[in-house]
Amino acid sequence: MREAGTTPAESRSAAGTDTGGTGPAGPGSTRAAVSAVPRTRFAVPGRIAVGEDTASTWQTATLAGVRRETPHAATFRLAVPEWAGHLPGQHLMLRLTAEDGYVAQRHYSIASPPDDSGHIELTLDAVPDGEVSGWFHTVARPGDTIEVRGPLSGFFAWPGDRPALLLGAGSGVVPLMSMVRHHRARRLDVPLRMVVSARRPEELIYADELGDETTVVYTRGAPHGVPVGRMTAAHVAPLLAEQPAGGWEAYVCGSNGFAEHASRLLVAAGQPVDRIRIERFG
Amino acid sequence: MNVTRGFAGRPRAADPGLPPGQYDARDEWPVLSAEVTPDLSPADWTFRVDGLVERTRTWDWDEARALPASAYAGDIHCVTGWSKFGVEFGGVSLDAFFSVVRPHGSATHAVAYSHTGYTSSLPLADLTGGRAWIVWEYGGKPLPAEHGGPARLVVPHLYFWKSTKWIAGITLLDHDEPGFWEQNGYHARGNPWKEQRYSGD
Repeated sequence: MREAGTTPAESRSAAGTDTGGTGPAGPGSTRAAVSAVPRTRFAVPGRIAVGEDTASTWQTATLAGVRRETPHAATFRLAVPEWAGHLPGQHLMLRLTAEDGYVAQRHYSIASPPDDSGHIELTLDAVPDGEVSGWFHTVARPGDTIEVRGPLSGFFAWPGDRPALLLGAGSGVVPLMSMVRHHRARRLDVPLRMVVSARRPEELIYADELGDETTVVYTRGAPHGVPVGRMTAAHVAPLLAEQPAGGWEAYVCGSNGFAEHASRLLVAAGQPVDRIRIERFG
Repeated sequence: MNVTRGFAGRPRAADPGLPPGQYDARDEWPVLSAEVTPDLSPADWTFRVDGLVERTRTWDWDEARALPASAYAGDIHCVTGWSKFGVEFGGVSLDAFFSVVRPHGSATHAVAYSHTGYTSSLPLADLTGGRAWIVWEYGGKPLPAEHGGPARLVVPHLYFWKSTKWIAGITLLDHDEPGFWEQNGYHARGNPWKEQRYSGD
């Protein structure tokens, strides 16, 4: 069921790699026998092609509404009439322009699932002194226009075809929530599980939307009777012990510290490294 | 120009070192690898140059470090928007490796591949002439694993995804063979001064 070129190459032994790899990654490559470039051995290539036109064209987006999620995070609904559609997990680039022509641009994950509404949603943390998030949280109001380009990057995308195991922390839940919403909206049969980490219950983004597919880990404060502590093997190992047919495609999103920790838990529990996709903040 | 109501932005630093659309990350050095950080020790690290060369060669840790030392002190620029000023990398110029393998005249492009399987693709001209390094030190200390240690490629005049972490080798080709991000919609060259972020730019 995997696309051409995603079959993992043999483990490269470190020393004496003169045997090289078996050819470049890439669908339809006919040069496999010629070059010694190793087949990429982690989760590539991208799940989907990214259109050059959609990726390079700036479009006007109009703020349609704001929804508070937590004391520090809010969801911004944008009307983008010419939006080309996206897959869960993809992101966009956004820019704000000052009167003197100064531009600030950032990448943000898309929170909403793909649909035909002509709208997309972003959930943004209010970063202290954040140049762009600060504008969204303190200045923006419905009717304001900004510019976006995308969707971008096929790597962290989930088309809904393979069982998905999602690990996120803080606002790292945003692209994962697009996957959960897509799974629900399309009533997909493919298994999906999510483990999210939040400091405290009041900081858990999308708390009211999380269902049986989700386990929440609280790192600083928890509801009565719920343990406090970081994500551990006890959260991850059982999910890998009950793997669906074909195994999980794992998606990890959060700070670099969380991503390092969570990806190590996955590897320790037996998840192949070539089936772990990581998106780190930055 | 599409002015955003009420957006002033940061004080204008008028920094000539900042390419268009970038901001100064200051003390931050974000980690953005898409894969699991490998557990790779110097003893397990090797670096190979092959493809269109007179003589394929693989260096181990000690052999690579025995080449003439060369350092880069300057700025780096990430396609996600941050730039970092005044970084210092220590290692060996790629020219030193190329002078041993002797690239064919037909070689025009390169794929730099990682011990994890990550790849980036570049024009060969961007890797020669003292503009690219294999480095193992950052700020005078061993390069941390999450930043590509024990050794990574550094091509500082291009967006930093070209600077393959955990570098395992470079293959010289007579055509462009898109690497990991290049297959995912990113630019073939990635010049930050021309803001070549995505393939349509």
